[in-house]
Amino acid sequence: MKSAKSLSSFRLGGIHPPENKLSATSPILDLPLPALVTIPVTQNLGAPAKVIVKKGDAVLVGQIIAAAGGFVSANTHSSVSGTVAKITDEVDSSGYKRPTITIKVEGDDWIEGVDLSDALVTDLGLTNQEMMERIVTAGIVGLGGAAFPSHVKLTPPKGKSCDVLIINGVECEPYLTADHRLMLEQGAELIVGIKILMQLLNSSRAVIGIENNKRDAIKQLEQLLESESGIEVTPLKVQYPQGGEKQLINATIGKEVPAGALPIEVGAVVHNVGTIVAIYHAVMKGRPLVERIITVTGKKITKPANFRVRIGTPVSHLIEAVGGLPMGSGKVINGGPMMGRALTTLDAPVVKGSSGILVMDGSESIRREAVACIRCAKCIDSCPMGLAPYLLKIWGERSELERAEDELVMDCIECGSCSFTCPANLPLLDYIRLAKQGVGRMLRERSKS
Amino acid sequence: MSSGKNERLIVSPSPHIAGDETIPKLMYAVLYALIPAAVVSILFFGLDGLRVLLLSSLFCLLVEYLIMRFMLGRSSTLADGSALITGLLLGFNLPSNLPAWMIFSGAVVAIGVAKLTFGGLGRNPFNPALVGRVFLLISFPAQMTTWPLPRFLNFSWGEDAVTGATAISVVKEGLKQGESMDSLLAKLPSLIDLILGATGGSIGEVSAIALLAGGLYLLFKKVISWHIPVSYLLTVAVITGVIWLIDPTKSASPLFHLFTGGLMLGAFFMATDYVSTPMSAKGQLVYGVGCGVLTVVIRLYGAYPEGVSFAILLMNATTPLINNSFKPARFGHQAA
Repeated sequence: MKSAKSLSSFRLGGIHPPENKLSATSPILDLPLPALVTIPVTQNLGAPAKVIVKKGDAVLVGQIIAAAGGFVSANTHSSVSGTVAKITDEVDSSGYKRPTITIKVEGDDWIEGVDLSDALVTDLGLTNQEMMERIVTAGIVGLGGAAFPSHVKLTPPKGKSCDVLIINGVECEPYLTADHRLMLEQGAELIVGIKILMQLLNSSRAVIGIENNKRDAIKQLEQLLESESGIEVTPLKVQYPQGGEKQLINATIGKEVPAGALPIEVGAVVHNVGTIVAIYHAVMKGRPLVERIITVTGKKITKPANFRVRIGTPVSHLIEAVGGLPMGSGKVINGGPMMGRALTTLDAPVVKGSSGILVMDGSESIRREAVACIRCAKCIDSCPMGLAPYLLKIWGERSELERAEDELVMDCIECGSCSFTCPANLPLLDYIRLAKQGVGRMLRERSKS
Repeated sequence: MSSGKNERLIVSPSPHIAGDETIPKLMYAVLYALIPAAVVSILFFGLDGLRVLLLSSLFCLLVEYLIMRFMLGRSSTLADGSALITGLLLGFNLPSNLPAWMIFSGAVVAIGVAKLTFGGLGRNPFNPALVGRVFLLISFPAQMTTWPLPRFLNFSWGEDAVTGATAISVVKEGLKQGESMDSLLAKLPSLIDLILGATGGSIGEVSAIALLAGGLYLLFKKVISWHIPVSYLLTVAVITGVIWLIDPTKSASPLFHLFTGGLMLGAFFMATDYVSTPMSAKGQLVYGVGCGVLTVVIRLYGAYPEGVSFAILLMNATTPLINNSFKPARFGHQAA
């Protein structure tokens, strides 16, 4: 094991919030099906999917209920067997109402052609095109949170090639352990998935980046990879936001993705470990993306857990599975405490991009009172993009959009390190988001004229 | 247990957790870092030293409280610790025999003029303690440059102490009169005594070693970064070193320059004041070099024997310009 000093990390900034990985030793449990699932029609970044079922239709597990609306889009499947109860707009984890298909759960009958056994399949002799078709059909999107359609990332633009596939097993968000458990329990499937991607990307090298607080996972994968070549495990310093795409590339292969460019610019493609296991299932098992692993945790939760749960399961069902909402709870967050979103309702469903449900006590949920900036520059020291958050906050507050643009506000990855660090408790990122929205609008108008 | 249906959830944007650093914590870390130098000053200047530190701190707190409460009608800001730091730093910059009313006028200028007129903590362009000190130096030059000599562990009260010049002004005057460096050094305490603080001077600046200990604590605690103190001290050492190598009989060694006067206090506690100094690492390096150059120029060629206060205040004025010109190191913007 490498010593802490020699561990790689990204070049600029970063923080070390308390890790609070309360559920790190809880094995993944299959959560029983709820009575109803509410499946948002579109669960991907990009073009919306189109509903192809109607109220009253009987559906099977894995049946497409909304079809991809373009190349940068993804199919949405039923995660249960049952009857379509309604197709309405419902509040999802973003807090907005979105088109949603509600299905009354009647059973667990799958579509034809899915291999439901646990047996590891390493080769089916499929061509690249057949494998890609299976990935597209299965509706795979990035499970790390961004929910970007995976097949798009597997199709490098003309003239670009992928020299190295980077696998994101960092899980730098405090509390979350879904990826950790996945690497421990499904390492063999992960490795088959990595080989599929290396073949599709025509890449001879893959690097798995894992934060050094998951030594058991690092060891497990190193053992599984002993007789393999081309795939390496790189333990990384425990430093947030190590799992940010640009930060991870910088930490693992030392390259810096230019501002505004995609990782392929430096010859890299990054996929999350959960996505890769989903790709394994899609390609080798013919299994669409209908479930994911999710951490349900919080300081007041008696038994923090990791569940394998069907897409569309209401958050309230998950919370009941760990003993219900504790008295005095304040926030329920979809995701981790640094970048997750506070839910407005516990009826919101688990979607493809949900990595955790974090219940925070009322006392932890209230922001401290903000006082004047003392120009301590700790926000600058914490920023992984080398920005000056104190200044971006001022321009955001005053709607000085050109100045915010000049100060590179669009480079901000919204990791929240600045707000976390600020000793004056200033909501720096709130104002930076305002500035980003304004500058984004300005840029779109500029490109129109 | 609850169904979740009627739960009232708190909703706010991420991040949902915050670090445990607060402004009072940072300010109190600075106060802890000043303790060694305060202890040494009481050891050497006895109850007179203690009197100055107490009065200066008390006056600064009082002025801040009165102005905030009665002139600005705002709630008290004493708890943030910043007025206490200004008070202690102002006291560090005074001779041990300064009359109370002068200390009070210094506190009024430091807190009232330099800090609160600009809007209080976070908005003052100049370091308040230094503004107070320079105000006193210009207004009462005789009293501000008459230094009681230290008397180790003598705790008699208010006795007329023997006064003398600081090491740095002995050297400056002597060299001007054409004396050789060797004969001047013979008149002065040994370098070891200068480093320990057994020398005449402002009460808190005499002990380089105690200040260095406090400064290292601040660095270790990540309250300050290394950029300003290191670039400041290094600049002074390099320039005075070159001059000394050219003619050691007519100039003081870099060690002498590093360990005398207000340099250690300035480099670790004054030039690193958050509010009045640049934000980016590069900017801080430029700022530190600027402080160093100005300090040496004033020490060697200026009318005053010591230049630390003026150097830092002048560089405070350049902070907005430096902030504009030296941005943080950016990610993803290097020319490939």
